[in-house]
Amino acid sequence: MRAVLALLAGGLFGAGLLVSGMTDTVKVQGFLDIFGAWDATLIFVMGGAILPMLIAWRVAARRETSVLGTPIPSPSAPVLDAHLLGGAALFGFGWALAGLCPGPAMASLSFGGLPGLVFLGAMIAGMLLWTALRGRGTA
Amino acid sequence: MMEPSWIAGLIGGLMIGCAAAGFLLLNGRVMGASGLLSGIVDGTGRANLGERLAFVTGLIGIPAFLTLGGGANTNITGNLLIVAVAGLAVGLGTSVANGCTSGHGVCGISRFSLRGIAATLAFVGAGVVTLAVARHALGVV
Repeated sequence: MRAVLALLAGGLFGAGLLVSGMTDTVKVQGFLDIFGAWDATLIFVMGGAILPMLIAWRVAARRETSVLGTPIPSPSAPVLDAHLLGGAALFGFGWALAGLCPGPAMASLSFGGLPGLVFLGAMIAGMLLWTALRGRGTA
Repeated sequence: MMEPSWIAGLIGGLMIGCAAAGFLLLNGRVMGASGLLSGIVDGTGRANLGERLAFVTGLIGIPAFLTLGGGANTNITGNLLIVAVAGLAVGLGTSVANGCTSGHGVCGISRFSLRGIAATLAFVGAGVVTLAVARHALGVV
């Protein structure tokens, strides 16, 4: 049941990314390019996505567990550190350079061609690089 | 020309938010694309691997099915060096920061999470600076 619902959630997420235009790198770069032909679409996507989640977190706060009985994820401690801000800045650099973030990179895999495959491969390599650095205790 | 794009953005955004809301309330999981994927590839998500694989299958498969007729395009640059550098930065950055646009952005902001809001400001800010330099100063993207 968990897997079936996860499949549906992933599918709806992917369809939403497609419908919203977020698999189009021109739209994403257009939002970040405030010195060019600015495209506000991403604000509407973010706003539209946050609305149901505002309700969902309120509902979740009144429940002990999820419907399937798994615990509701607890909030992270409100601590800002160099990992969070430095990692996010590095992510923003790559996001702007290609116009893809992890969700759309997967959602567009079927029509993204060779560049889409290279992006996803490099992204996975970046994730494994962090796992290796952390495992060695150097980070 | 701009207006339909905003409406499509809002409708698609609501779909994304409903997916995240369902994943939270039914499965008890935060819908973060980078974390769900990295848990598969680095083995840290072994405990709920089936759920992760199912999510990624839907995320890749449903858009693939919907675009069978063609017409979808990422319009991504064909410069594979830029694409590889960007992908590496996105993978490493989201792993170090423990989240991306969906986890920190959508799920974090809606929870009024300080970390989610700060991370979102940092990646949007870095993105704006990157495009200003790479596009308007250097002309590489």
